[in-house]
Amino acid sequence: MEKYKMHILICGGTGCRASASETIQNNLQEALKAKGLEDEVQVVMTGCFGFCEKGPIVKILPDNTFYVEVKPEDAEEIIDEHIVKGRKVMRLLYVDPEKKEVVSDSKHMEFYKKQIRIALRNCGFINPENIDEYISRDGYAALGKCLTDMTPQLVIDEIKASGLRGRGGGGFPTGLKWEFASKNKADQKYVVCNADEGDPGAFMDRSILEGDPHSVLEAMAICAYTMGATKGVIYIRAEYPLAIQRLKVAIKQAREYGLLGNDILGAGFSFDVEMRYGAGAFVCGEETALIHSMEGLRGEPTVKPPFPAESGYNGKPTNVNNVETFANVPVIINKGAAWFKKIGTEKSAGTKVFALAGKINNVGLIEVPMGTTLREVIYEIGGGIKDGKKFKAVQTGGPSGGCLTEKHLDTPIDFDNLIAVGSMMGSGGMIVMDEDDCMVSMAKFYLDFTVEESCGKCTPCRVGNKRLYELLNKITEGKGTKEDLDLLRNLSTVIKDTSLCGLGQTSPNPVLSTIENFYDEYIAHVEDHKCPAGQCKALMQYVIDPELCVGCTLCARNCPVDCIIGERKEAHVIDAAKCIKCGTCMDKCKFNAISIK
Amino acid sequence: MAKVKSLADLKRIKEELQSKMDLREKSNNPEGLVQIKVAMATCGIASGAKEVMDFLIDVTAKRGIQAVVTQTGCMGYCYAEPTIEVKLPGKEPIVFGDVDTKKADEIVEKYIKNGELVDGIIPVNYKTIDN
Repeated sequence: MEKYKMHILICGGTGCRASASETIQNNLQEALKAKGLEDEVQVVMTGCFGFCEKGPIVKILPDNTFYVEVKPEDAEEIIDEHIVKGRKVMRLLYVDPEKKEVVSDSKHMEFYKKQIRIALRNCGFINPENIDEYISRDGYAALGKCLTDMTPQLVIDEIKASGLRGRGGGGFPTGLKWEFASKNKADQKYVVCNADEGDPGAFMDRSILEGDPHSVLEAMAICAYTMGATKGVIYIRAEYPLAIQRLKVAIKQAREYGLLGNDILGAGFSFDVEMRYGAGAFVCGEETALIHSMEGLRGEPTVKPPFPAESGYNGKPTNVNNVETFANVPVIINKGAAWFKKIGTEKSAGTKVFALAGKINNVGLIEVPMGTTLREVIYEIGGGIKDGKKFKAVQTGGPSGGCLTEKHLDTPIDFDNLIAVGSMMGSGGMIVMDEDDCMVSMAKFYLDFTVEESCGKCTPCRVGNKRLYELLNKITEGKGTKEDLDLLRNLSTVIKDTSLCGLGQTSPNPVLSTIENFYDEYIAHVEDHKCPAGQCKALMQYVIDPELCVGCTLCARNCPVDCIIGERKEAHVIDAAKCIKCGTCMDKCKFNAISIK
Repeated sequence: MAKVKSLADLKRIKEELQSKMDLREKSNNPEGLVQIKVAMATCGIASGAKEVMDFLIDVTAKRGIQAVVTQTGCMGYCYAEPTIEVKLPGKEPIVFGDVDTKKADEIVEKYIKNGELVDGIIPVNYKTIDN
């Protein structure tokens, strides 16, 4: 095995690959070859670094230099300057947006300072398509420890003691779930990994599978050992081709090493994993719907009990856990429950991965201890709001979560706190909104999604959400009344109370939380027929200030519907009845004479 | 690749693979390790810095010293190439001049292992903008 003097790590997550990280890798390798350095410097494609805002990322070791927004044509310069001459390429280093200083070492970046990476421990560090790199980082050691030194009950006790809770959103104690499944006797049992990440804006499960697929396989085997299962199934959406491909490679390598298959590590335990592809339906993240989809039936939920632990896939006891939950398991076994319990808050141990998106400077994937406040996440790690705008709200938990405002910023994030303030953890999507976002439109946007994704089995969800959407639409068109707000509230409560599964039980959350936190904005829509954020087209009116207008006719010539009238060198007027509110005139005006009323 | 037959087998494979990942592991925690920088500008390479660097990488690994060996640009002591800078955890960095593999061996044995100073130290007479 060769020993390299330097390693160049390049991000191979979906985001960075879309920005040509594969070409960068090739160019780096070619530039190394041209200099005769291919045996001294190793180029490795890794999983996601999390700092997606500034991708593609290239990291050079051992000096920990962190290059951002690298382009294929930069490869030669990196090799020439950094590798050959030992001089950093200054223009590719990260510049701290607050201090305006160049930061070359990722350790000193605000983005990474507050993070503790457990589930993402290998993402951006190892080559996910090389099982050796995983093994060298204690990979499969936890499985070995369980199989040789621990009884199934001992493993369950350890997971219970760690306080690990389901990271898919429910927050159910993982150890307890495993115990239920282990107690039910059957000739065949199943371990299922839920990789049907459906929240718009959440991509942690995909990143873990792309960056560290073996950690999930190892944890599934550990879970199988505790409950006496021999078969595992990963239910993954077909929309994740890269994750699927890396899982396939990982499963193949693990089989070759005998870490999946018969008589693993000579301990007499057999386990193998296969994959099922979902068509990408939000409701299939719900475990009973997921199991039905796996069986080839319609992806519809059923009433619990019976829980999957009693009767799941093919009517056999089944344990379903989310990707991120599994990724935590090997570390807990290796480092012990007590170590894990010390991280996070009393009732929510460990860390949580969040996908930061929206109007925030550092869009990306982060992992922080439970109990970190929203303020720390948004301002310190996230780098604050884009373009210096004002923070308005943050939506946590995806389409089924709620909107939190300024006054919630100091809430320590954990499962219970988020529910207490009217939102939820969900799978960890975090969408930040600024002063330009209209909260009614936002609620409408999420309802549009849930109406689309409702499976239609139960009436409250199928019909109720549709009615909610229509009411919101009416309000954004300026036709709403104050009574509609009461109707929204009542209907939301009914849907929450009477829906069959988690989808309907949470889908009105965006409506309720925006009415609660932004009541004034709703009132402005229904009473004054105004949209304070200036987003609802029907409520906007473009007007020309006759003082500022010089009559250059530029706006009139560009108006697609010819609704601007006026003589040359005289103030123009917009015919509001004909105006389609496209905003072209405002963009074209050189004298700032056009504004929205 | 042969199958991994037992936990002991897995541990053995891990040990073997670890040296390959060493460099990455160590970059995660450079403060706690011995850091050696080898000046690898044209003049340094011409005087044999490459051999010294290879030697240092080998020897630190063989003798079980937790060290990060990196290359750097010209340190400016062209009269004393090859030059290396050694920083022990918690100490000020020290620059050694005219380091061939024999000298490097002495530095590893005496200074890095026991903290004894050896001949060939170049007094640092500048300040960096960091301090």
